Parts: sequence; structure tokens; C-alpha cells
Amino acid sequence: MSSATTSAPLLQVQDLRVHFATEDGVVKAVDGISYDLERGQVLGIVGESGSGKSVSSLTIMGLSRAQNARISGSAIFDGRDMLTLDAEQLRSVRGNEIAMIFQDPLSSLHPFYRVGAQLVEAIQAHRDVPKGEATDRALELLALVGIPDPKSRLAAYPHEFSGGMRQRAMIAMALANEPQLLIADEPTTALDVTVQAQILELIGRLKDQLGMAVIIITHDLGIVAETADNIAVMYGGRIVERGSTQRIFAAPEHPYTWGLLGSIPRLDSPPGTDLVPIAGRPPSLINLPDGCAFHPRCPYVLPRHRKVTPELVAVADGSGHAVACLLAHETRVRVWRELRSGALPEDAREVVVTEAQDG
Amino acid sequence: MVRYIIRRLLWMVVLLAIVSTVAFMIFYALPSADPAVLRAGRQGTPELIAQIRHNLGLDQPLYVQYFTYMKAIVLHFDFGYSYQNSANVREQIMSRLPATISLTGGAVVVWLAIGLPIGIISAIKRRTPLDRMTMGGALLAISAPVYWLGLVALYLFSRDIGVIPLFAGANSYQPLTQNPAAWFDSLLLPWLVLAASFAAFYARLLRSNLIEVMSEDYIRTARAKGLSERRVVLRHGVRAAITPIVTVLGLDIGILLGGAILTESVFNIPGVGRFAFDAIGRADLPVIQGTVLFGAFFIIVANIVVDIGYAFLDPRVRYS
Repeated sequence: MSSATTSAPLLQVQDLRVHFATEDGVVKAVDGISYDLERGQVLGIVGESGSGKSVSSLTIMGLSRAQNARISGSAIFDGRDMLTLDAEQLRSVRGNEIAMIFQDPLSSLHPFYRVGAQLVEAIQAHRDVPKGEATDRALELLALVGIPDPKSRLAAYPHEFSGGMRQRAMIAMALANEPQLLIADEPTTALDVTVQAQILELIGRLKDQLGMAVIIITHDLGIVAETADNIAVMYGGRIVERGSTQRIFAAPEHPYTWGLLGSIPRLDSPPGTDLVPIAGRPPSLINLPDGCAFHPRCPYVLPRHRKVTPELVAVADGSGHAVACLLAHETRVRVWRELRSGALPEDAREVVVTEAQDG
Repeated sequence: MVRYIIRRLLWMVVLLAIVSTVAFMIFYALPSADPAVLRAGRQGTPELIAQIRHNLGLDQPLYVQYFTYMKAIVLHFDFGYSYQNSANVREQIMSRLPATISLTGGAVVVWLAIGLPIGIISAIKRRTPLDRMTMGGALLAISAPVYWLGLVALYLFSRDIGVIPLFAGANSYQPLTQNPAAWFDSLLLPWLVLAASFAAFYARLLRSNLIEVMSEDYIRTARAKGLSERRVVLRHGVRAAITPIVTVLGLDIGILLGGAILTESVFNIPGVGRFAFDAIGRADLPVIQGTVLFGAFFIIVANIVVDIGYAFLDPRVRYS
């Protein structure tokens, strides 16, 4: 199968929508997102809590199929639409071809089973191997993720591990069957900063070693800066900007992305530069604002933006960079230049207003 | 761990001493009737009653009586003799223990076999008609008093007076060692009656625990590993949800071994509970004391077993 599909992306998500019917109304957790992921590539999905970044990935794994969930679109993984697979087909993909690790490794590991047993279970779920062989493999995996003295750690319980070790154990479990795709949902959020870097480095190393593709879901652009090939920025259940990591950091074009970049410290900023937070709160996914969902928080909002919903449109330079913003490409480039040179958003707004009057 | 167990065992001795003192106070100091009068019978003259009182030691000061009683227990494991028929209390309780153990053991098997599957299924099929039906039934079973349920069951299903003669009726108990088939037949209805409310309670408890556990992160991990839903529920969900139930089970067994008074009385099973019930009617103080102490012993032991067992069930628990 893989030979027939080598030219196609490993994962092709098309117009994915995940809506949940609740008592308060329909929660549009994911509202029409599309992206491609090539084999061996790393995609960073960035957004605030409630932007739909986790739900979209859980849906690909078939883990958000609740009674009240309405899912549409497609997610073609290696030739199969993950959204239409039945329970047994999904089961054979989960933990085998697509593996997932989660935010809090302590609550994500079963407290009553030894780490070794949980690893063996993950192996035996997809491979018909005797327990001894699975244990050898588990040992190998723990060594692979850099857990010292793996033999004695096999017999330990999750609560006897440190936070970083637990996440390493989770990663070992995810890699048990050499998946083609690893989805890491906020893999470092619950960890100390020093441990965060180690875990990211580990994921990067294993990706190269095993040739798997990775989706890293995070609220922190800094996390994906060094690990991801491409970045998709999500807001209110939609992708608002997508492009190569280098491009997103060098020439971002969406005001929300500017806000995210303005709220992380940079070593190349002039001394004394203040961090600029994004004002306001994430939108309610039940009553999304009309027009551009970001308009209530956007410093560059114009009256038209409150009525027209922007589509994700490719920037016309063939770079694969796409932005969902109603400002003209040239305006966005100029505003970013102002912001880069140290201007505050309220000053940079001048550019938008002037150009709107000109236009 | 060893130190913990030793400390618990020492506490057990203290607790039993307190229980025996309290029981002594209640039954000897504030008796419901004068045992000597009861024993003297209808023609009892004052002289006879005084003689009996002297023989039983009831004319001595309370603290002497208490001391004599405790000394016999501690030194000889001797609970004294029944006022009613002068039989040895310890031997009497021991001879009735098999019936109580039979009743308790069978009922435990029945209520676990019924309650746990129902709890699991209604947790998974939450909010379906099946869930609502079983939980409604469970509420009824919990609310029905066991003596009422026992009488209704006898009236409906016993072979002697029942409308639909299915099971052996009251008063048909046979020891296991004499006739296993008759033993099983005679206990079937008592097991079902005694197990009904327990099965219902366990089903509800497991259901609510399991619903909570199934939303845990490690269940999501189990699914993400590609385990079958059956394995996710049974190996990962139930394993975590059942721990508190084991605790309750230990205590329930301890309580019932001390005598399932109501069930044994309704079905006239010659167990410890029935023995205690009869003794209360006759103000047979040594028997009451003995059964109370036995009951307390089982409950305290069950408590210790449960606490120690918990460390094995939940590896995060460590006693020091």
C-alpha cells in the first residue's frame, strides 16, 4: 500500500469539522480545517486552549467519537479515511501506525500497573509475540528514550517516576510499534522548563531515527520553533495561518500570530522591550463572533471585518504560506515591519487606517 | 508494613477490651430482665431465686462480676455458660458458626455475581433504558428491608407455603458436611434474599466509580494504545473502579460473620445471629456477651484485612 501512496502526503486533512451538541448549544470545536502532513515531517499546531487543536487530533485517532459529536470532512491517513473506519479498523491503527502522547504523563499512565506491564500491553495489542519477547522490546524502548537503568525501571510504578521520566515512558509506549505518525498533545506543558527541552530534543532525535512524522500540539510557539517544519496557527476552531516554521517566524501575516510572537520573549529584541499580551479572552465556541472570529481582540480591526468571514488564502508567492485575514497582503507586510522595528500595536494600526482610506 | 500490622493488632486488643466493657455495662448493669427470675421458672420461690442468683454470681458487686468474666476470657478463652441451659457459650457459638459462614459466603458469591456485572454494564450503557431499568431495580432492592423481603420470598417461592414452590422453605437448614445437596437447596432462598440489597448497593457503587474512572486520562491512553474496548473497560477501568468496593466488601463480610440476625431469624437458620436473637429474648447475658464479642472480633479483623489489602490493591498506598 505504501508504495502506491508514497507520493501522497501521509496525512491529508480536508475540511474537518467537529461539533458537539450540548445543552447550551452547538460547540464548534473544530470548524473546517485542512492541512497536509508529509512523511517524516513535523507539524506544529499552535493555539490557545479552546482553539480546537487537541480535538482535531483526537478526532483523527477516533477518540472524540462521543454520542453528541458530529464529525464531517475527511482525514486520509496512508490511503484510509480515519473518520470512516469502524471501531476494529481504528483500533488496529491506534498505537500501531498512529501513536499519541498527552499533556500530563502522571494521569495518563495507569496508576495500578507497572510501567513495564503497560509497555508490554502496548506491544502485545498489535503484535502476536510472547511476553518474554515483548518484555525485551520494552527494555529496548526504555533505553531508546534515555531512561537510565531500564531493567529496574520496568518493575516500577508510574508514581515512582519523575515527571520527565514519566513522559519518556509515555513516549516509549507510543513508539512501541514504530508508528508512522506521532501526535504529541502539549507534551511538555506539565514539565519543568529544563525537562521540556530534553523531551523536545528526544522527540526530534527519535523522529530522525525512526523516520516518523510528528504533530506537536502546543499553546507555545517557542516549543515548535526548533522542532517543527511547518506550523498551523489555530483560533476559534479554524486555522488562521499556515506556513513553514521559518516563514511563520520571519514573516507572519496574521494579527493573532503577531500577538503570539509579541507575547514571547526574544533575545534579539532591543533591551527594555516590553512583552505585549493579546488583549481579551478566547471566543466562545458556541457563539463565535460574526465576521473574523479574532476581530474583538484584533488591534487592526476595520468595520468590514465584523461582517465578512475570512477564508484561508495562500499568499501568492508559491511558498505554501496561507493566511485567513481580511487585511491586504501588502498591508500585513508593512504592519509586521513596523512591529518588528519595535512599534506598539496601536502605533502600527496607523498603517492599516491610512491604507484603508487610500483603498 | 510489619510495624503497621503489629500496631493494628495491638489496637485490636484495645478495641475488643473496650467493646467487652461496654457490652458488659449495657447487658449486666442494665439488664432487660432478671436472669435469676427467668431461670427459676413459674414456681420460683424467693429462696430459689436467691439461690440461683448466688450460683450465677449475680449477688456479687459488678466489678467483681466483670473481673471474673474478663479473667475467664483472657486466660481460658472462656465465655462462660448460658443461664438458660448451662451450655458452654464458646462451644455453642463455634457450633453455629458453620451455618453463618455458609449463609454469608454464599450470599457474597451471589451478590458479587449479580451486582458487579450490572454495575459495569450500566456504567457503560449509561443513560440508556437498560441503565435506568437496572438502577431503578437496584433502588427497590436497597429499599426493601431484608425481613420483609424474606417473608415475601417464603410466601411466594418456598415449597411448603409458597404460591410457586421453587425453593426449600424456612427451617430446612442442613449442615454441608451431612448433606451437601440439601445444604445448597436449603440456603438458596436465604442467599438470594440476603444478597438482594447488597447486590443493588454494589451495582450502584461500581457504576458510579466506573463512570468516574472512564473519564480519566489513563483510559484515553489505553484507547490510544489500540486496546480493544473490552480490555479498556475490564483491565483498565474496572481495575481502578473496583478498589473501593473491595474495602466495602471486607467490612460487609465482617459484619455478616458476626451474625446475619434478620435473615437467620426469618429462615430459622441455626447460626450465630439466630443464637444472639434467641439469647436476647431470654436475657441470657453470657450468650449475648459472647455473640457481641464475636461480632466485634470479625468486624475489627475485617477492618485490618481491608486496610492491609488496600496496599496490595493500590501500589501508591504505603503504610509506615
